[in-house]
Amino acid sequence: MPPPLLGIDGDDQGHVSLMTSASTMESIFPKNAGLTERNYLGLSDSSSVDSSAVSGISDVKRNNLNLKATELRLGLPGSQSPERDPDADLVSAESLDEKPLFPLLPSKDGICSGSQKTFVSGNKRGFSDTICSNANVNNKVSSCAQTTMIKDATSKVVSQDQTHATFGNNNKVNTSNPPAAKAQVVGWPPVRSFRKNILATNAKTNDEVDGKPGLTALFVKVSMDGAPYLRKVDLRSYTTYQQLSSALEKMFSCFTLGQCGSQGSQSLSESKLRDLLHGSEYVLTYEDKDGDWMLVSDVPWDMFIGSCKRLKIMKGSDAIGLAPRAMEKSKNRN
Amino acid sequence: MGYSFPEEVLEHVFSFISLHTDRNAVSLVCKSWYEIERWCRRRIFIGNCYAVSPGIVIRRFPEVRSVELKGKPHFADFNLVPDGWGGYFYPWICEMARAYPWLEEIRLKRMVITDESLELISKSFKNFKVLVLSSCEGFSIDGLAAIAANCRNLRELDLRESEVEDLSGHWLSHFPDSCTSLQSLNMSCLLSEVSFSALVRLIARSPNLKTLRLNRAVPLEKLSTLLHRAPQLVELGTGAYSAEIRQDLLSNLTEAFAKCKELEGLSGFWDVVPFYLPAFYSVCSRLTSLNLSYATIQSPDVTKIITQCPNLQRLSVLDYIEDTGLDALSLSCKELRELRVFPSDPFVADANVALTEQGLVSVSEGCSKLQSVLYFCRQMSNSALTTIAKNRPNLTCFRLCILEPRAPDYQTLEPLDHGFGAIVDHCKQLQRLSLSGLLTDRVFEYIGNRAKKLEMLSIAFAGDSDLGLHFVLSGCESLRKLEIRDCPFGDKALLANVSKLETMRSLWMSSCSVSLGACKWLSQKMPRLNVEVIDEQGDLDSRPDSCHVEKLYVYRTVAGPRLDMPSFVRTMNQNPAYRR
Repeated sequence: MPPPLLGIDGDDQGHVSLMTSASTMESIFPKNAGLTERNYLGLSDSSSVDSSAVSGISDVKRNNLNLKATELRLGLPGSQSPERDPDADLVSAESLDEKPLFPLLPSKDGICSGSQKTFVSGNKRGFSDTICSNANVNNKVSSCAQTTMIKDATSKVVSQDQTHATFGNNNKVNTSNPPAAKAQVVGWPPVRSFRKNILATNAKTNDEVDGKPGLTALFVKVSMDGAPYLRKVDLRSYTTYQQLSSALEKMFSCFTLGQCGSQGSQSLSESKLRDLLHGSEYVLTYEDKDGDWMLVSDVPWDMFIGSCKRLKIMKGSDAIGLAPRAMEKSKNRN
Repeated sequence: MGYSFPEEVLEHVFSFISLHTDRNAVSLVCKSWYEIERWCRRRIFIGNCYAVSPGIVIRRFPEVRSVELKGKPHFADFNLVPDGWGGYFYPWICEMARAYPWLEEIRLKRMVITDESLELISKSFKNFKVLVLSSCEGFSIDGLAAIAANCRNLRELDLRESEVEDLSGHWLSHFPDSCTSLQSLNMSCLLSEVSFSALVRLIARSPNLKTLRLNRAVPLEKLSTLLHRAPQLVELGTGAYSAEIRQDLLSNLTEAFAKCKELEGLSGFWDVVPFYLPAFYSVCSRLTSLNLSYATIQSPDVTKIITQCPNLQRLSVLDYIEDTGLDALSLSCKELRELRVFPSDPFVADANVALTEQGLVSVSEGCSKLQSVLYFCRQMSNSALTTIAKNRPNLTCFRLCILEPRAPDYQTLEPLDHGFGAIVDHCKQLQRLSLSGLLTDRVFEYIGNRAKKLEMLSIAFAGDSDLGLHFVLSGCESLRKLEIRDCPFGDKALLANVSKLETMRSLWMSSCSVSLGACKWLSQKMPRLNVEVIDEQGDLDSRPDSCHVEKLYVYRTVAGPRLDMPSFVRTMNQNPAYRR
């Protein structure tokens, strides 16, 4: 069976030409040449039952796609689709933005996209309503995520499990983000970091007025004593010190392996590094907005990312004297 | 051979040939032309610093005066290339310092250059004139101080979009009082303050200064002082464009701008306070280039400016301009060649501004000279793309970024295959294309069949199968750079088109489905390609051949595998036969 192509609605001409090219490719591309197809979200092969169930549903939906294209239906808020994994919801119904993003009652002709403002992102909404109308999902952002899931299952994208840029995976992680936030994919949209940071500074002042939190990326450099080059991390992609710490451990593990006594398995050296970081060997420090170097301590996370300009993993012996001054400093300020 | 021209005559003729491609063609005519040409080539351009080694370059071209080098792949701009990947300038400057004592110009893009290298530059070349560091990193103010202090005839210092380690230090004062040669200074990327008095003195003694791009830290109150000292400026980048509302400040600024009769380009405009915008209205009629992409001003203010700029050729702006502003642009700016619209809030799912595909359609209708587009938006349709294509068959660069990955035609919910197909069909001179939205293999069939002049293609979250990649690799004759992320392209297309890869500068594939085994096979089959696998998980040696690689960067080279790779980058080539 040739790979299904979304949106082909019986255009025989195009379909034939594709088939021709496909058949000439047969000699080079034998069918089923041992490629394992995996759900783009990275579900393992053992859960192929789930993925095939989803594909089954999406096949039906795909056939109905064009019929439903102009028919937009909205479910009531708070309703969940049966096959939807509740943990994968991007946002729960309670935390929806007060401003209704879309009218709850369908307009007379059933088409709501262009009613007041032409710039409402009708593409996501229309598509998600079409797909999810049977599933009665009104949660717009989660329905988008589901849309992506179904789209991906339908197109049978082959991908690797650990694709960190997978849109679906990011959806699963960011369950606590406010509804208007987008799941952040690394390097997408393709905007340079200096542009992001500048807009973040402007956006902070604007968004505080609107009540919307700024959620742009916040890249800071991380250096480590003895490492030949710097790394950069996006502080907004973490919500706790633990996450940041383990990410840094992974990132810098290759530098400290040389200092470990035993070169064991991967897990052994990671735990060794953790011991190193949590022991007296290395400490995590940061430079704040005033240019002072502080120990990364128990300042509330938000306060930390608001003032952290860069990070440094230094040897414990070098960090003597950097008492955890952060709290005292903030107290003095207040 | 008896009837050939004397060398001197040929050399004189060749001196009129400046394009690199033409020079390369000349050198292929015959051995004697090759010899003559290589001795008189003064400018070299190396699009991938790892495609060749300094030694090879110096051996072939002994009398070079100007060097241009590019390092990291383009996706490094979006943090897809881990730090430490490479692109170091140091090996180049070491050898060039010895070999090219008369070097005058160095232009680098996406390279890592240290203070040590900058110091070496400043001390090695007596006649050094031009240093352009575009999107570079690895150096600090100290390196700049060395350049300022030692380059007696410095004409151009341009740090565009580079990352400079901003230690406190006043490097501008290192320019000696005798230095009066400066024509262009771009320090817009610097984060910290510069000494204002040193800046004023420098400007005052540089009568030929044509381009001055300040950094954000230069306050608006001081701008008129600078403008009074340099009324001959052709290009100005302001600092922060905000101050307390003061009438006297506004009139000072207005007067200062009015004195700048040569001003054609404006940029900067961080933190704009709209009250001060009228200050530069007097120069608008002359403006050919305007960069408002940091200016968070709303559509009416933007429109007010644009409608006064009938000669505008290049505009960069935030999506605050909205469709209404773009309508005004299409009516007022008939000379527009290039438009870039950046997103003000790229990480928010829903639109915060009234900017849609309609704005771009309007511009394509009204601006008949439009050649180059970079457009971020949240919705697109096949019909809009088709209209744009029919309106503007003269497009050479079309980069569309629909913020949501895999967003379909918002009206019909179909993929955007037909729309992009229309673009490559009508715009026969298209050299650069960036795709986005929901796309199947079909769009790649269109591109492969029709985009014969396409040199650079960027693909993200698109396609269904290897067929898509195969269409591109087998069809696009002029393709030089291909960069792909998060697409279901794997081994088959790659291995069916290996010889194509040697005709291209580079191929980038990240988060696709290429296996480690395919990379190994490719590198064994094609010894003149460097097949670099970037994998930060750290255990590449123990992985099975069937596992997918995180990132793959393939480029042609005559220098063999490089020796400066960090631990997370591996060249698959086991036999470095061409090491020099």
